[in-house]
Amino acid sequence: MVHWSAEEKQLIAGLWGRLRVEECGAEALARLLIVYPWTQRFFSDFGNLSSPTAIIGNPKVRAHGKKVLTSFGEAIKNLDSIKGTYSKLSELHCDKLHVDPENFRLLGDILVIVLAAHFGKDFTPACQFAWQKLVGVVAHALAHKYH
Amino acid sequence: MVLSANDKTNVKTAFSKIGGQIDDYGAETLERMFATYPQTKTYFPHFDLGKGSAQVKGHGKKVAAALVEAANHIDDIAGALSKLSDLHAQKLRVDPVNFKLLGQCFLVVVATRNPSVLTPEVHASLDKFLCAVGTVLTAKYR
Repeated sequence: MVHWSAEEKQLIAGLWGRLRVEECGAEALARLLIVYPWTQRFFSDFGNLSSPTAIIGNPKVRAHGKKVLTSFGEAIKNLDSIKGTYSKLSELHCDKLHVDPENFRLLGDILVIVLAAHFGKDFTPACQFAWQKLVGVVAHALAHKYH
Repeated sequence: MVLSANDKTNVKTAFSKIGGQIDDYGAETLERMFATYPQTKTYFPHFDLGKGSAQVKGHGKKVAAALVEAANHIDDIAGALSKLSDLHAQKLRVDPVNFKLLGQCFLVVVATRNPSVLTPEVHASLDKFLCAVGTVLTAKYR
């Protein structure tokens, strides 16, 4: 089980409370598809992903980005049982979606950069540590049921 | 992984917008790297890594200068960083995985200080550039 200090919990919850989930989720997924274009392989039915502009404006990308980041909210509500929280999603990503867990790490790194851009100086090194730890734990949990 | 003409333009433009603040960017990149990835501190047992450390500032300036040099010679990063590449292979031997961590922190610094510079396209180009720098610095490892 992952140990979270009181400070880490506060840094995570504090930022989450100020986050525009729909906007940041959409931006994180769009940037993933732009910065690491091979990740588009999972979204062949999303329509037009032919350019950064197309990706950013794509309604399916926006919707899916919001879905993904909303699920982070569940992890944050259950920091002490993230593996349990993501158990079913882990099975889904392995058995149905066939997503290489490395992609979870890539998305996590992108999310940190999106948070940094939105929060500026408030995204202190301590904040970055806590959130980088969180995305790592989420990635690990999503990979946990792979077989 | 190849830097396109667009990538090169994006990188040069980004660095020119950062301008003289690049030294501060270098120092903060290291500060964030040590805070976010504590294992990276193992390469600096001889440094004072406390807040505001002059050694970290000084080293940040060196790192920044190398990135600027690479950006200014973006058509031949291997040539521009050849001596640094030798140094990393023969003396420093920083594990290759750490260059990605440094790169991540540099992007975070750009994002916090100059978010308008880091459009998705520039983000992609800078990420590729930082990967290319890391590849050059570890190219002679074995």
